[in-house]
Amino acid sequence: MKIGVLALQGAVAEHMRSLERAGAEAVAVKRTDQLDELHGIVIPGGESTTIGKLMRKYGFMNAIRDFAAQGKPVFGTCAGLIVLADKIDGQEEAHLALMNMTVARNAFGRQRESFETELDVKGLDAPLRAVFIRAPLIKEVGDGVDVLSTHNGEIVTARQGHLLACSYHPELTDDYALHAYFLSMAKDVVGTN
Amino acid sequence: MAIETGTTTVKRGMAEMQKGGVIMDVMNVEQAKIAEAAGAVAVMALERVPSEIRAAGGVARMVDPTMVEEVMKVVSIPVMAKTRIGHYVEAKVLESLGVDYIDESEVLTPADDVFHIDKHEFTVPFVCGAKDLGEALRRIQEGASMLRTKGEPGTGNIVEAVRHMRLITGQIRKVQGMSKDELFNEAKVLGVPYDLLLEIHQSGKLPVVNFAAGGVATPSDAALMMHLGADGVFVGSGIFKSDSPEKFAKAIVEATTHFDDYKLIAEVSKNLGTPMKGIEISKLVGSDRMQDRSL
Repeated sequence: MKIGVLALQGAVAEHMRSLERAGAEAVAVKRTDQLDELHGIVIPGGESTTIGKLMRKYGFMNAIRDFAAQGKPVFGTCAGLIVLADKIDGQEEAHLALMNMTVARNAFGRQRESFETELDVKGLDAPLRAVFIRAPLIKEVGDGVDVLSTHNGEIVTARQGHLLACSYHPELTDDYALHAYFLSMAKDVVGTN
Repeated sequence: MAIETGTTTVKRGMAEMQKGGVIMDVMNVEQAKIAEAAGAVAVMALERVPSEIRAAGGVARMVDPTMVEEVMKVVSIPVMAKTRIGHYVEAKVLESLGVDYIDESEVLTPADDVFHIDKHEFTVPFVCGAKDLGEALRRIQEGASMLRTKGEPGTGNIVEAVRHMRLITGQIRKVQGMSKDELFNEAKVLGVPYDLLLEIHQSGKLPVVNFAAGGVATPSDAALMMHLGADGVFVGSGIFKSDSPEKFAKAIVEATTHFDDYKLIAEVSKNLGTPMKGIEISKLVGSDRMQDRSL
């Protein structure tokens, strides 16, 4: 199973390490022509404004929309979640706008308010160590979106069919359970085709 | 469930999110907006960029808190600020303002010529400069969550940043190949804790992100530092002391992302105008050499 990590800016190596531990072949993706050979793609954490600008500049907006339209799974973490959402609180323009949800950026505050905690995630066997860094959260989900976990009542993990998003950093710990979960989503797609 | 703030993972993780990006020095709100629009991953709020500090002379201190607050209001990307080396109170003041990262920086005039700040007790993470592996590991031991080369700030001359990056990566390779008895001695020679050195020996890399800084003036400079193994780039005077800051800022961001795509770097380097005026390093003597301000 070949999974790409969008490598324009952010925590690319960490996602690749977690994907490999979960049994995938991980590829750093810098050009749109690399998408063809992939079974899924991760949009990593980083600065969403920077990643969004570079995605536009290099044609990734349409390329990843096409990729998702083929039913191939996309996983966005932190900044990646913002990139996936179809509404960003206080901003006119969304990025990929693939997932039916409204997100708020820097929703927990500045860096000094960043934290880690244990999280129960639907579909995972054990609680997940979740690292929130200037993290966004999901304020509202629309039709077709499943809430997989909440923290203090706020939505922090969600799935819409073959699209997965979380507001924290599963790639910063040794626990690769959520990456394995994403990998199984990609396997399901390959299995049904 | 219970939450923990200011943990090592949270502090180092923040720097991981900056990787592959460009952090830009800004002196006012307008420049901060230009930096964000160009795709900077963070801005460093300061009163003067290093080349101006050099020209002005005198004592360079922490920026006016008003300026930090104004910048935090207008941009949504992280805001960093500099404290003088060893100036615990400046750092506490910056933390209280809510800055996202503190640079304990040799660009400002040191407040303590022996001791650095104990950075472990802060919730906000710190970045520090280093010119060799010894300095890098001492800063990590003191609690730095991110490193950068010192280079020679405000010169627009990349040679010192290159020297520091090459030295650190070379020293890491050397440590990787050492036997245990050699490691004991190397810890003594470098003046660093054995445990940290052992970690480098085993992993072959620094436990924190290491950016390039001090002399980056062109897109090619930024790409060169990435080629040499930097995780990202700080640009101080290079943007707002150039002819066309918007163009330079955008071009440096793109060259950093695609540091091994030379056609692209050629493309973004066209018609940029004049970069900042540079200084030949050998013209700097004594206290003009900012990199020698701490060990």
